[in-house]
Amino acid sequence: MLSITNLHVRLGERDILKGLDLVVKPGEVHAIMGPNGAGKSTLGYLLSGREGYVAAQGEVTFEGQDLLALEPEQRAAAGLFLAFQYPVEIPGVNNTYFLRAAYNAQRKARGEPELDSMQFLKRVREKLSVLSLKDELLHRAVNEGFSGGEKKRNEIFQLAVLEPKLAILDETDSGLDIDALKAVADGVNALRSPDRAFIVITHYQRLLDYIQPDFVHVLADGRIVESGGPELALQLEEHGYAWVRERIAPVAA
Amino acid sequence: MSPLLESLKAGFEALPTAALEAGRLGLLRRAALASALHDGLPSSRSERWKYTSLRAFERRSFALAVPCSNDGALLDLPALADIPAPRLVFVNGCFDNALSQTDGLPEGIELRPLSAVLRNESAKPLTLLSRRFEAADETFARLNAALALDGALLRVAAGVHAQAPLHLVFLATPAGSDLAWHLRNQIELGAGSRVCVVEHHLAAAGHRHLINAITQVEIHQAAELCHARVQDEAPTASLFQRSDVELATGAQYRRLDLELGAGLSRHELNVALRGAGASLVANGVLLADGKRHLDTRLGIQHLCGDTSSELTWRGLGAAMGRAVFHGGITIHKGADGSSATLSNKNLLLSADAEIDTQPVLEIHADEIKAAHGATVGQLDPAALFYMRSRGLPLDDARRLLTVAFCREPLSAVLDSALAATLSAQMDRRLHASGAL
Repeated sequence: MLSITNLHVRLGERDILKGLDLVVKPGEVHAIMGPNGAGKSTLGYLLSGREGYVAAQGEVTFEGQDLLALEPEQRAAAGLFLAFQYPVEIPGVNNTYFLRAAYNAQRKARGEPELDSMQFLKRVREKLSVLSLKDELLHRAVNEGFSGGEKKRNEIFQLAVLEPKLAILDETDSGLDIDALKAVADGVNALRSPDRAFIVITHYQRLLDYIQPDFVHVLADGRIVESGGPELALQLEEHGYAWVRERIAPVAA
Repeated sequence: MSPLLESLKAGFEALPTAALEAGRLGLLRRAALASALHDGLPSSRSERWKYTSLRAFERRSFALAVPCSNDGALLDLPALADIPAPRLVFVNGCFDNALSQTDGLPEGIELRPLSAVLRNESAKPLTLLSRRFEAADETFARLNAALALDGALLRVAAGVHAQAPLHLVFLATPAGSDLAWHLRNQIELGAGSRVCVVEHHLAAAGHRHLINAITQVEIHQAAELCHARVQDEAPTASLFQRSDVELATGAQYRRLDLELGAGLSRHELNVALRGAGASLVANGVLLADGKRHLDTRLGIQHLCGDTSSELTWRGLGAAMGRAVFHGGITIHKGADGSSATLSNKNLLLSADAEIDTQPVLEIHADEIKAAHGATVGQLDPAALFYMRSRGLPLDDARRLLTVAFCREPLSAVLDSALAATLSAQMDRRLHASGAL
């Protein structure tokens, strides 16, 4: 589904990603862990097409297409979704209206018929029952005045409605208390399917107690330095990232 | 003398004596005209006219719209069909009885055209039009004092509450030549009364007329007025609008100005908070698209303690448009405990558009709360990316953000049905403007 080969990203004067490789297949959940500044969020932004994030080298294919050649909205229509670490507040734009406009824009881009407001509302109600999201959030402006937890739940709600093929969760656990964390994880788990893949970017192992990954990768100094199963996350929790840094020191030298 | 003033002077001199003398106003009208001609049009040397040059405009000539046709010819105009009763309709500055509907007005509410009052009560002096304008640059107000022959008069008796909004419709329609008309409106709310007024400025088709209107509003003790003004005039129209408002103790005034039309638009909104507890919310949207020039000038006077004002204005500069905004708030000596906030944010959507904004806060009192801010910028790139990442194409995301940006001032209108109508009207205008 997603294949990243020798990816290099430079932001200003700094090399952030320095030869990253990753392959994600349908149905898989990959966790990417790493210390602050390792390039985790850069990876999410690059994949979703944020302005200013350009690959200096390497390639990324998604469903056989050159992902990096697509506009952000084309990537979304192709089935890519980024749950933001800091969801943006958009005053004056109604949450449900926004989501319907986005959903229909994706359908239109794929040559599928658009849903009218009744059909869409039905879909929204179905998804709402899965997530414990307050109804009134639907009637408010996108993320405006939402608590940290509400913003993250809203991201997962959007994910549920848009049903992407690949969802990237960028530190969705940051700033959440344990109840909100569970709610978010429940939402994600309900969306797991053999056709859908997840990349879960996180600093802490905590989220992985609730979202069981198939693979865990450690991103440090712009590269994946260690890959393994869920047990790798536990080792990291025990030894800290310094442990990884020590292990890669000879390679980096 | 400029061709503009020449033409208005000639029009004045050709007025029938009966029109000039009605309400025993002849002397006052002549004096007002003389002072206007004496001081001439304001030049950009006048601080209050610094950003609006009248040098091209003053070379134009206008015929007075007298006598005008008020025969219901525009009855089938679609824009009119959307405006419910009760409504008072004026076409090219003259009351149109056939288009107006005032049946079923609640008791205690008087809604009449000025022309009818001038005709019927011409024997006694009419104080409504006797106001003098002293400043040398109040040329348009003086011209209005000389030449206003019609307008809407609304009087609400003490304690009367009206549910449905009252509509004042000012329609312009093309004529054989470029016309000028002068409207004087007056709204007076008795103590404890409550009413909602919507002013519509519409064009039936393209025209190049000159409209000069003054609206005087008096809100007595503890009365509440909600007032929306939709300025959707032709892009070649010239509109000079002045709104002067007085608030007594405990009076509440909520106002929204959607300034979406007219090629040359000057709006002065002066509000005097005279009594303790008087509160003002005055919001607006300025759409400067095409080659339009908008100059909007707020003058808010806190004259008494414990008064409050909240001003939220949004401006859009598109194509070759220019918006000028002056937000003046003065908290006078003794107006302790007052609060004032002004927010003016602007979006520049084109390199050829211009926005000039000037918030001015003058404080001569103690223990007050005041905040003001003005910004000019572009659409938030983080919000645009967020929307695109959900699948919205860039143009759609821009459109949605721009419309949302303009929607904030609508909070001045608490009646949700009215707010929805106004919002839809603004959205239509934004979509048609090419600004999006």
